[in-house]
Amino acid sequence: MLAPLSWLRDFATFPDDTPALVAALDDLGLVVEGVTRVGEGLEDVVVSQVTEIEGIKGADRIRRIVVDAGAGPVEIVCGAFNFEVGDRVPLAPVDTVLPNGMEIGRRKMRGVVSNGMLCSGKELGLSDDGAGLLVLGAEVNAPPGTPLMEALGLQADTVFDITVEGNRPDAWCMAGIARDLAARLGLPFALPEPPAPSGGQPVTELASATVEDLSLCPRLTVAVLTGVVVGPSPRWIAERLTLAGMRPINNVVDASNYVMLERGQPTHPYDLQRLGGRGLIVRRAQPGETLETLEGVTRTLGRPGRSLGDTGEDCVICDGDNVAVGIAGIMGGASSEIAESTTEVLLEAAYFTPMAIARTSKRLGLRTEASARFERGTDPWGIDASVHRFSQLLAESVPDLAVADGTLDIRGDVPEPFTLDVPIARVRRQVGVPLTRAQIAALLEPIGFSTGSGSVDSAGSDAGSEDQLTVLVPTNRPDVRPAPYGIDDVIEEVARTFGYANIPRHTPTWPQPGRLTALQRDRRLIKTVLCGVGASEAWTNTFVSEESHLRVGLHGPAVRVSNPLIAEEPYLRRSLMPGLLGALAYNAGRRQGDIRLFEVGVVFSHPDEGFPRVVERSGSGGSHTALLPGERELLGAVFAYQDDDAQTATAAWHIVADAFGVRGVRLVDTDAASGLLPGLHPTRSARLVAGEGRAIGAAGEIDPAVAADFGLTRTAGTRVSPRRVGWLEVDLGLLFDDKVVERRAMVAAAVSRFPSSDVDLALVVEDGIAADVVADALGAAAGDLLESVALFDVYRGPGIGDGKRSLAYRLRFCSLDHTLTDEEVGALRARCIEAVVTQFGAALR
Amino acid sequence: MQSDIEAILREGEAAIAAASSTDDLVQVETELFGKRSALSGAHRALGALEADQRIAAGRRLHEVRGALEAQVADRHDALAATERAELLVADRLDLSEVIPNLVRSPLSRGHLHLVSQARDELEDVFVGMGFEVAEGPEAESDWYNFEALNMPPAHPARGMYDTMYLDIGEPETVLLRTHTSPVQIHLMEEAVRNDTLPIHAVMPGKCYRLDTPDARHLPVFNQIEGLVVDRDVTFGDLAGTIQTFTTAYFGEGMQSRLRPAYFPFTEPSAEFEITCAICRGAGCRTCSNVGWVELGGCGMVDPAVFAAVGIDSDVWSGFAFGFGIDRLALMRHEIPDLRSFMENDIRFLSQF
Repeated sequence: MLAPLSWLRDFATFPDDTPALVAALDDLGLVVEGVTRVGEGLEDVVVSQVTEIEGIKGADRIRRIVVDAGAGPVEIVCGAFNFEVGDRVPLAPVDTVLPNGMEIGRRKMRGVVSNGMLCSGKELGLSDDGAGLLVLGAEVNAPPGTPLMEALGLQADTVFDITVEGNRPDAWCMAGIARDLAARLGLPFALPEPPAPSGGQPVTELASATVEDLSLCPRLTVAVLTGVVVGPSPRWIAERLTLAGMRPINNVVDASNYVMLERGQPTHPYDLQRLGGRGLIVRRAQPGETLETLEGVTRTLGRPGRSLGDTGEDCVICDGDNVAVGIAGIMGGASSEIAESTTEVLLEAAYFTPMAIARTSKRLGLRTEASARFERGTDPWGIDASVHRFSQLLAESVPDLAVADGTLDIRGDVPEPFTLDVPIARVRRQVGVPLTRAQIAALLEPIGFSTGSGSVDSAGSDAGSEDQLTVLVPTNRPDVRPAPYGIDDVIEEVARTFGYANIPRHTPTWPQPGRLTALQRDRRLIKTVLCGVGASEAWTNTFVSEESHLRVGLHGPAVRVSNPLIAEEPYLRRSLMPGLLGALAYNAGRRQGDIRLFEVGVVFSHPDEGFPRVVERSGSGGSHTALLPGERELLGAVFAYQDDDAQTATAAWHIVADAFGVRGVRLVDTDAASGLLPGLHPTRSARLVAGEGRAIGAAGEIDPAVAADFGLTRTAGTRVSPRRVGWLEVDLGLLFDDKVVERRAMVAAAVSRFPSSDVDLALVVEDGIAADVVADALGAAAGDLLESVALFDVYRGPGIGDGKRSLAYRLRFCSLDHTLTDEEVGALRARCIEAVVTQFGAALR
Repeated sequence: MQSDIEAILREGEAAIAAASSTDDLVQVETELFGKRSALSGAHRALGALEADQRIAAGRRLHEVRGALEAQVADRHDALAATERAELLVADRLDLSEVIPNLVRSPLSRGHLHLVSQARDELEDVFVGMGFEVAEGPEAESDWYNFEALNMPPAHPARGMYDTMYLDIGEPETVLLRTHTSPVQIHLMEEAVRNDTLPIHAVMPGKCYRLDTPDARHLPVFNQIEGLVVDRDVTFGDLAGTIQTFTTAYFGEGMQSRLRPAYFPFTEPSAEFEITCAICRGAGCRTCSNVGWVELGGCGMVDPAVFAAVGIDSDVWSGFAFGFGIDRLALMRHEIPDLRSFMENDIRFLSQF
């Protein structure tokens, strides 16, 4: 909120030291986002009177204006149209620097010389109105040439733009800011109590008030003022409102706004004569009841909304005939608005249940200055003073104002001040400062928390004779909860007023070591391995369109965001493939498509698809059950560097497997029987299948149709064909789960000092038998003397026969204690051949 | 004329059937429908006919064209399917036969995403300070994201989080976490269940808010939070921990300061600021000339949060803190626009 220093000074004698005030406010949590010096830069601006208005040939947005600025005519080119000859407007002569930094120079436009600028309120920093010039009204009695500041009776002022945290409704007004600031600076603070008017006609004879639902509106106070003459506010009120960022409307509305800005209590003035039944009824809205609010929108009330806990209880203000005239605490209706003709005002000042206002405001998407204050919690016992203050302010411009005697006051269960017994030890433990009981009391008293200790010796001589301090929590502090939690709320006030900066810092240590989990270390390693094979890490969007899933062959349910940011992308991704192919296409479109990318990220599955996550808890926080989407953390990688294809992805998998000592995971080619994988090439892809038959991922190539769809193509001559893109995907939760994937114990194997012997075997094996299965069989047959077995050549073609190929393996044998003899090696060779011949019908080539 | 048209149909059908590949078919299509095709010729010849004949012949010509076009489309689908099937057979690769040593792969290094690098470094700093690293799911129930954190339904503070809800269960009961704080709740519940208090942990991870992407906001972002629950933990400990971290991560001479703020889940609460890394406190554009930049929020764990998870706040006290990882990386590397992180332009990724 915008807080002018001059206004804050109504309550305490603050010094004119802006940096010190800003520092104090910041440290109190009333963060100063900006400081504006008002009136600065306006010294040279003068009042001028328009004497001539003339169009400029060939220009329809600017006109030539001649003004009298006291010292003869001045020619100006001006783009505003809201004035006539005879009007008085502000003139910034050449060389003036306006508050917004604009420097006025002599300019020539369409052949006309402009010797200055006629200004809007916005350009002068005096109001938000930038639509036209600031035309001075008749109440400004100043001849041309008068300095504008003098003409408006303005004084230079400092305006702080302060952000007030949501839990501090008490500080969301001038008096509240001043209270905190005065306490910090050790200045006396006083909020004047306006006198209660008396001697008028009894209010009960003029109006009626009823509250039907005291749970939504625990307190309603109604005052009546007669003899009202609606007109402009006194200048000082209008100016203060302007400085605080509110537009002056008329003396009645302004007085209401002024009270809200000064004391934080929103009030609503009605034209009593236009209020049916001359009274107010506050009640719960009927389900489906409609009401047209001030901005002309018809609102439906009384129906529960989507939001959790929205019971649809809306509070409405009705006139005496029970016709709704406003949504309580949020917005009024047009029917009983203050008009120029108003002579009788009914003022409503209420305390609404904060949650009820928050609920209604959220559902209707309707937030106003009033609703924002009510939903945070206003002071139910500050109402009387606010009502009297309204009368006092209105009387300034209405000398014959008659205020009815008394108020109609309906009260239900209104929050009362309450006490908290704050243990001194807990204050010390939470804050970390050995404060005494007296010191704590001295910190709380100036901000309105009276303490049971009576008058407190500010020197803090009370050395904690009692182990607790009884604190009376004022009703303007709804942020302070009842015991037990409220104790910590009071402790926060102690820490805040003591000053966070004054709390000695200490870095705690503990015996438990810090560390990463095995999974976290493994995740880092797999990323390092991928970088090692030349892939860079991408970060693609979690949100995808339905089409994105269909493009990579993913049908079936996806989790939908109820309120997506982009309407076309409401789904949580089920695969990393659309994102990574998109990233690849993005780069290919920039002539840098020869890259490899990977991502480690979460994909989601719909609970209907199986594997939902069920959360069930009970205990102190309440019991709670929820069905949540399944989440899997995947590694996905695309290989599109030059000739990359399924073989690159497969090789990358072997490197990953080696990095983790993975054992027993086979590449099982996909086919119609085992099921194809969405988005992958039907004859160049394989599942990564762990020992128990569980698929932990896939390696292979992107389906050429999918690649083409993403625009991943190669051009040879005139022919454009899909390019090959290798794909690797691994479920990290499964890969790193030792119950699913066996990993080699990292125990050193002895390295032989004796020479090794190689045996090369070229075996003709049927296509259906995987090469790694054959290798494993060779290994099993070879026994302990085998050092390694590796495929080194594959041949299909003449001399082999259809549906078969020749697989050439190199077996390396070695003994730890002697050099193997030819006989030994021969026997091993025979055993190996024997094994594959019997198991697979292999033939030695 | 009539017989000419029927001949066009017969010959066209034959040509379509004879096309043996999709390439072939393209050729056939040109011959059938091109400017010099018999079909076009017949069309031109219509003008010379008597009115009633013209109408009949024109109608028939239109039918023939439609029939041929449909046959071309069918034939194309059939040929394309065959060609794809043939290609797939010809392309077949038994992945068990891949010989890694023979796969051509030029030497080049990949680059870890800058945000990963920042996250790793932050984790390492905190591990060095004695913290464990904890993680949790990205989709959560309302209870874990809000209620347990002292934000009951309709709590105004929920307005600070533009929450994305999921279409699962009752409306607005399941959501994408708006912060990593639910991990804190899981950790505390687990520690209570297994009687393993104290807790000293940081929780990095992805979070979601309904923020329109711009230079300073992404709807998906990475955050790291910290939680300490132990005996006699004080606000002074929190301030000290923040300062130690600031020095460890940003370097000697970097200061931190706390100022009061409001979070429903901490009491007292604070925002913490650090010396502006660009100007080292002298004042510059990045820090709006104040010499400090806001990094995150922190505070003492609210007793209502402890109560929700069943921790006795007379025995245990704790503090929590949190800040954005992406923004930290943004600041440190002088990146003008957060959106660079999700664009995945290799020219950006390979700089780090």
